[in-house]
Amino acid sequence: MKWVKYAALIALLMYGLSGRPIVAQESEEPAAAEEEAAVDPVIDAIGIDGGDTAWMLVSSALVLMMTAPGLALFYGGLVRKKNILGVMMQCIFLMGIMSIVWALCGYSLAFGKDVLGGFIGGTDYMLMKGVLPIWTGNAADYPMAGTIPRLVHMVFQLMFFIITPALICGAYAERMKFSTMVVFSVLWGLLVYCPIAHWVWSDTGWLFNDPWTAFDFAGGTVVHISSGFSALVCCLVMGKRLGFGQEPMPPHNLTYTCIGAAMLWVGWFGFNAGSALGAGALAANAFVATHLAAATGVLAWAGMEWCTRGKPSILGACSGAVAGLVCITPACGTVTPLSGIWLGAIAGVGCFWACTTLKSKLGYDDSLDAFGVHGVGGTLGALFTGVFASQAVTGHNHPLGLIEAVLADEAALGLHQIRNQAVSVVASAAIAVVGTFILLKVLDAVMGLRVSQEDEIKGLDLSQHGEEGYIYL
Amino acid sequence: MKKVEAVIRHFKLEEVKDALTEAGVAGMTVSEVRGFGRQKGHKEQYRGAEYTIDFLPKVKMEIIVSDDQTKTVIDTILQSARTGQIGDGKIFVTDMGELIRIRTGETGDGAL
Repeated sequence: MKWVKYAALIALLMYGLSGRPIVAQESEEPAAAEEEAAVDPVIDAIGIDGGDTAWMLVSSALVLMMTAPGLALFYGGLVRKKNILGVMMQCIFLMGIMSIVWALCGYSLAFGKDVLGGFIGGTDYMLMKGVLPIWTGNAADYPMAGTIPRLVHMVFQLMFFIITPALICGAYAERMKFSTMVVFSVLWGLLVYCPIAHWVWSDTGWLFNDPWTAFDFAGGTVVHISSGFSALVCCLVMGKRLGFGQEPMPPHNLTYTCIGAAMLWVGWFGFNAGSALGAGALAANAFVATHLAAATGVLAWAGMEWCTRGKPSILGACSGAVAGLVCITPACGTVTPLSGIWLGAIAGVGCFWACTTLKSKLGYDDSLDAFGVHGVGGTLGALFTGVFASQAVTGHNHPLGLIEAVLADEAALGLHQIRNQAVSVVASAAIAVVGTFILLKVLDAVMGLRVSQEDEIKGLDLSQHGEEGYIYL
Repeated sequence: MKKVEAVIRHFKLEEVKDALTEAGVAGMTVSEVRGFGRQKGHKEQYRGAEYTIDFLPKVKMEIIVSDDQTKTVIDTILQSARTGQIGDGKIFVTDMGELIRIRTGETGDGAL
């Protein structure tokens, strides 16, 4: 029977991945005195810091929560009723597939040693080699990444690998084929996300080291510019939703959107402060800067609405918070929380403009404003990091950002940093645009990008998943 | 027998129901509907998109009455549902065909 064959194959695969030897070895009976060593393997992890590890584990959980229920609710409430499950399925399924892809190979491509001239990382951590604990002959050894086990570093970064393609969903919501979305997201993750992460965050990355060092603490380029610009390409290539501009398509449940935004805000503390990779002063700075940027973002966007339309809206307030959070993402490890207020205001106003004026002028259907908030917000954040970066935050022995440099009479240093920030923006946007365009064209030829017109009218919940989100009668 | 349908404002539902039961009406069916007459809609705004919503939420009551009850019922509804503002709603009266109680099979006035 077929299922027996498949079950056997899967069992074999799992055994193979478990790292156990095929041939049985004599198992040693641990003597009573050695029981303590077997009970707490942390002893064998050199240089582990409990506080750092605890905070990083919590941060990883917080970032996962940002995808679901955070983003699932935030985006879910913004689409029409017939597509709510489509959004949620995208989030949940990406949590599944991106996790496995990252653990087995994405982490290595991002954080392994340079290959292809530094374009991407190598196979150092493939299949969790160098990440999983190993038996050294007399101890359980946990590979470390600084003061935390590499396992923790891997799983923290894993959560970023999940949410970044999930953000792009905002651009093609309500019209993309589910199967194509899955394939697109995996390939995009490996071919766009991993290279940028490698450039910006790995020890050998060209944007991490001199002379091109760009400050991107938690992923302004890696996450927001990459997903934001990819989102723009998606909505331009895939086209507008049926009826866009004629039929009303208001958010079907702004209560979800508000709850989701609140979860994103709280989860972002893990996203930003967790990027300190430890529980210390830098994490504290990132945490507070993040919060004040979000807070100012709320006021800025709602304030813009209040002035231009007479009424502040909950969608505006929530969008402002998210815009502020996006903007502070690259900056939170180099700017003070006071500068965070500036960044929140800049993002609140800038993204408001992008989501209202720019979008209607250029006429693209970025359904959930993935480009308007993440692309624009990430760009503003990455650039203004070069303006507000401060040696008081990082401990560098020279002025960092433009303001600090000018005040110290060393403007050239500040301009140098701004240049580096700009280069990081252009580089990440470029690979995102080119990579996404190529992927979309290839997948369109092979699988098709959009659902059929009939399926789009029926709604993704029914056409792609055979389910209804709300059954009232 | 007549069928009296009344489209009224949401917040008037309890008041109208109480007035009708006091007037001797034994039962009714209520549904949530959307509609418009002379009452204008309103504007809603979501980020960059502005919508004019013409259809307003209302409540529709359906009551079956015997011919001699009809005038009382209509007057009761008029009195309890009226606010004097545009958007109070309308009453539709139509002739009823058959009326049957499911539990007992009674027909006609006995099923009211």
